[in-house]
Amino acid sequence: MKKILIVFGLIGACAAAFAQKSSTDSIAEYRAMLQDGNPAELFEAKGEDLWKQKRGPKNASLEQCDLGKGPGVVKGAWVELPRYFADAARVQDLESRLVTCMQTLQGFNADEIVKTPFGSGEQSNVTALATWISAESKGMKFKLSQSHIEERKMYEVGKRLFFMRGGSHDFACATCHSQDDKRIRLQDLPNLTKNPGAGNGFGAWPAYRVSNGQMWGAQLRLNDCYRQQRFPYPLFGSEATIALGVYMGVNGLGGEATAPAIKR
Amino acid sequence: MADPMRIRAQASGDKATVRVLMSHEMESGQRKDGNGKTIPAWHIQDVTATLNGKTVMTAEWGPAVSKNPFLQFTIKGAKAGDKVGITWKDNKGDSRTDEATIS
Repeated sequence: MKKILIVFGLIGACAAAFAQKSSTDSIAEYRAMLQDGNPAELFEAKGEDLWKQKRGPKNASLEQCDLGKGPGVVKGAWVELPRYFADAARVQDLESRLVTCMQTLQGFNADEIVKTPFGSGEQSNVTALATWISAESKGMKFKLSQSHIEERKMYEVGKRLFFMRGGSHDFACATCHSQDDKRIRLQDLPNLTKNPGAGNGFGAWPAYRVSNGQMWGAQLRLNDCYRQQRFPYPLFGSEATIALGVYMGVNGLGGEATAPAIKR
Repeated sequence: MADPMRIRAQASGDKATVRVLMSHEMESGQRKDGNGKTIPAWHIQDVTATLNGKTVMTAEWGPAVSKNPFLQFTIKGAKAGDKVGITWKDNKGDSRTDEATIS
């Protein structure tokens, strides 16, 4: 009888050990395994090449593009975006800034790029460029500026949009992303109203999505969030998506930039 | 023209670990486009790995391999400074060769 009890005791101990490893840990492990062969690297290489290549009607490279830290400065630029740009007279995120540079330096038609569907034509080049530029700031800490009035305004706009419920499902960003330790199916839902969630969430895009084999920039990520909320698309580079970027980025102050990440 | 591969090769002891990331659509031939038409299969068929020009591995790949595939293998007897070459050929006849030095 004693023997049987000991055996049961052992089984119980094993079960407890297994239970300690949660499904979210397993997913983190799976991601770490994939990180080694993250295809985002292919897009980084493409983006770096595009930055230096002479292209467009003006046959110029993007090497003089000012991402906020002076013409041609790439390292550390991404952790300070979105920010106010005096030449464009508005707050821009990385992708919308790149489109401005492609217009002013290379002579591309910015309106046409904005209208191009994600993942095709010049839009896929914008994504590749954003992938490389974000990778150049990997491991750095977010420090978005709030010194300009437009930047503070965009933060407030982003905050309101974040909590604005609407659409056929009466949904807001906050419905899924304003509480700690929530998940949908097996995906962790970061709390984007504060760190570490805001830094983790905002700092991971652009990311490579394994499920569809696509490289997604922050603009596509946010547009797809709106699709999931059954809202109309705000479209590429819209004030709504940039304002949300400011809101998340400022909430994520001091968080680490991990992009380009790999996602399910 | 296909995009370049990323090849990393690292020696430890008498072995070298090679990690390759290839850029390819790897269309399975099972999917349909928006108009209901089948998207033709387009995937890598043959992969060859060489060490200083001598073939050390060949592989036949099919439509079940993922988009932008990742390949990892070890070569016995490879040392730092040796050259690893990878070549793939797809079913449309396109091919790509890249080389890396073992570190």
